[in-house]
Amino acid sequence: MSKWINVCQLNDITPKTGVCALINGKQVAIFRPRDNDELFAIDNMDPFAKSNVLSRGIICEHDEQLWVASPLKKQRFNLTTGQCLENDLVALATYKVRVNKDAVEISA
Amino acid sequence: MSKVRLVIIGNGMVGHRYIEDLVEKAEIENFDVTVFCEEPRVAYDRVHLSSYFSHHTADELSLVKEGFYDKHNINVLIGERAININRSQKIIYSNSGREIKYDKLVMATGSKPWVPPIKGNESKDCFVYRTIEDLKTIEATAKRSKSGVVIGGGLLGLEAAGALKALGVETHVIEFSPVLMAEQLDREGGEQLRKKIEKLGVQVHTSKNTLEIVAKGETARNTMMFADGTTLEVDFIVFSTGIRPQDKLAHQSGLATGRRGGITISDHCITSDSDVYAIGECASWNEQFFGLVAPGYKMAQVAVDHLLGNDNAFEGADMSAKLKLLGVKVGSIGDANGRTPGCKSFVYLNETEEVYKRIIVSEDGKKLLGAVLIGDTSDYGSLLQLKLNDMDLPEHPDSLILPAHAGGDKPAMGVEALPDAAVLCSCFDVTKGKIAAAVADGHTTMGEIKAVTKAGTGCGGCVPLITQVLNSELAKSGIEVKNHLCSHFEYSRQELFHLIRIEGIKTFEELLTKYGKGYGCEFCKPIVGSILASCWGDHVLSRDNVGLQDTHDNFLGNMQKDGTYSVIPRMAGGEVTPQALAVLAEVAAEYNLYTKITGAQRIGLFGAHKGDLPTIWKKLIAAGYETGQAYAKALRMAKTCVGSTWCRFGVQDSVALGVLLENRYKGIRTPHKMKFGVSGCTRECAEAQGKDLGIIATDAGWNMYVCGNGGMSPRHADLLASDLDEATLLQYVDRFMMFYIRTADKLQRTSVWMDNLDGGVDYLREVVVNDKLGINAQLETDINKLIGEFKCEWSDVVDSEEQQTRFAHFINSKEHDSNVRFVPARDQHRPATIAEKDTYAITVGEHA
Repeated sequence: MSKWINVCQLNDITPKTGVCALINGKQVAIFRPRDNDELFAIDNMDPFAKSNVLSRGIICEHDEQLWVASPLKKQRFNLTTGQCLENDLVALATYKVRVNKDAVEISA
Repeated sequence: MSKVRLVIIGNGMVGHRYIEDLVEKAEIENFDVTVFCEEPRVAYDRVHLSSYFSHHTADELSLVKEGFYDKHNINVLIGERAININRSQKIIYSNSGREIKYDKLVMATGSKPWVPPIKGNESKDCFVYRTIEDLKTIEATAKRSKSGVVIGGGLLGLEAAGALKALGVETHVIEFSPVLMAEQLDREGGEQLRKKIEKLGVQVHTSKNTLEIVAKGETARNTMMFADGTTLEVDFIVFSTGIRPQDKLAHQSGLATGRRGGITISDHCITSDSDVYAIGECASWNEQFFGLVAPGYKMAQVAVDHLLGNDNAFEGADMSAKLKLLGVKVGSIGDANGRTPGCKSFVYLNETEEVYKRIIVSEDGKKLLGAVLIGDTSDYGSLLQLKLNDMDLPEHPDSLILPAHAGGDKPAMGVEALPDAAVLCSCFDVTKGKIAAAVADGHTTMGEIKAVTKAGTGCGGCVPLITQVLNSELAKSGIEVKNHLCSHFEYSRQELFHLIRIEGIKTFEELLTKYGKGYGCEFCKPIVGSILASCWGDHVLSRDNVGLQDTHDNFLGNMQKDGTYSVIPRMAGGEVTPQALAVLAEVAAEYNLYTKITGAQRIGLFGAHKGDLPTIWKKLIAAGYETGQAYAKALRMAKTCVGSTWCRFGVQDSVALGVLLENRYKGIRTPHKMKFGVSGCTRECAEAQGKDLGIIATDAGWNMYVCGNGGMSPRHADLLASDLDEATLLQYVDRFMMFYIRTADKLQRTSVWMDNLDGGVDYLREVVVNDKLGINAQLETDINKLIGEFKCEWSDVVDSEEQQTRFAHFINSKEHDSNVRFVPARDQHRPATIAEKDTYAITVGEHA
């Protein structure tokens, strides 16, 4: 049974950037693409470099969908599905995320 | 099969081209090649001889790639002269007593300067101008002289006058005929050229017949006596009164020679002996000899093709020329004097801008016969093609030479009409067909075309024409050249820069709403972020800008493979005090940072956790450091040698200038990273010519080189201006920097930017030095605003609480990233590899 875990305040996430949260020992990247309460959450680890960097990537739009480009070698990961644009076989875990009274919460 | 013994006598430009062509076309293993090179060095660029004085060395003029002859097993006898040929036994005897047998022989003995029989012409103050050795003696003499004269106002004479000018002596030119360059120019053209040259401080004396050189004078060492009774006192004399084919050896060995000299050759460059070829200036074809390099190159090809059984023939040469004499642009095509019966002329003269253009057309007005261009040779390439390919002229031929502001578009040359065989680049013999093939192979920019075909990399005169052909080929093959940033902006970087600047656009959103579509991406965001920083100087991590920043800018450090960062403080010019060094060492030890000297004369500390960056920088800033911007597309550093303050060879204080330059331009966001270098003397220990901006000290000031590059595609920087004082230098650098910032394409280093500039360094000089575009005042204002706004980006961050939150690895925990693991390496440490991490992860899992 999953529960919602409080992470931070919405204002702690600068619009158009991401942050990294530690959720039950796991690193989750949370993105806020616009200046509103729309959020996305995927694994923070770049599966190619095995480094925890994805929250620091640039949020980008391709094929009318939102992705994050890894800051290391620029592979792109879909913010909704976790799918890698460059490699069909690679997909990241995604997480449910919501804003509850200005607090950012993740379901884990 | 035994090897063909091939001997080439002469290793000048043409002799060398013959070998290059042979290596390219033949199986060189089948030949046993021996080359006689009488001069003490292998082939060099005689055409650009005068550049030897503007701080070039003999090595730079060399045409032979290092190791080329060795690689192909070509035996070059340097400093050895062939003194006799026994043609019946096919043996050549050299001055060192060597005997060499040949199957085929190529005479490429060139020419020798001709000196008129003037009394006194053998004085020790008299010189000729042909070899590097000649130049060295002239240079030595100039050092103890105040004035020099060149006898001969032809092409080479004016080139020599340029050399004297560069040596800093009062320079005179004496010409027998009433016009300068009478061979290539009409009277008006010669007159315009004279005016321009005199303005540069060279004194021109035409219609002067020199009778005698007397070795005494009141103000100088010698006095020249002229037929009209006048005299001129000068210290030394350079003869440039024409050349004669060097055919002595051929004559001795019984080969047929022409009435006016030169070894007689057929259309296949065969002499009267079917096993002996002659090519270049020593050859006489139809009783003509050719004193230009292009016909010689053509002969070299023909001779190689004949040897290999390929079809090719020499059919005479076009003597058209485009050159720059003493900085004045001069072009001459075909019948420049209008001697063809019935021909008609169109003339354009602009005395304000000192431009003169004349075209000579056939009686029916349909074909171009010749042209003269002074001051502006931009039309040369298309006019030459019209002439060479016998193409039809447009309805109004004068539209070909009228300036753009005269109204009416210049008729496109119709490069489609050019035959594939049309030679566009005569320096490297590149045809239109070769360019088209390169485009078809996927090379779609001028930079790539230059790299694969060499076209446009010699004199550069053909670049505008090649650009037209490139564009037409691209259009034909349906390749759309888009320098659009990405799918969100259908504009180039340069266009966006202008829009942002002129409309005062301050944010990415504003630009996207007005000129883009969608959300933006990892291509357009950092580029727009950089332009916004270049235009307005706002902090890259401000709330509006932070989401635009690429990997390194995002946290003001270079992200390493494991997600940690490097910390690189500025050490302007490579200077650092022992006290500051001690603080750096303390910080590195405290935070367990791997420490290394970087390639940019400073120290990098690696492996810093993101969350530690603000405190690390706080300590460094307290010790007087500031950000080194190693993470930014901006000026990285100015590399310096120690210069005149310490070095026994230094002639200027290169460190002081390097520190000044680095501090002046630091922090300004540029289209790509930039590196500077400053050397205190011509030994060039700072390797400044491999930098975007390279400064080399001279006795008189500073030489400014631009657009060099090390790295993946090394490129030597081009000389933009010489002997500048510091104030002028800074002014030029200001303009250069801002012009680059304004006009470069996305992520374009200065070297590529330069290769894609129409007109290359000459154009850049026109803009930066002569204000061709009239924008220099604006460029200076813009860059000085940016210079004035500099603030250390890190000092803003260490004081901001909001930023500290951003730098923490977790938004909800104070922990470090436990995935960052190091393993020992050479007394320090390195990041664990993925395999090492996997092992570690398993261990951790067991404990958990």
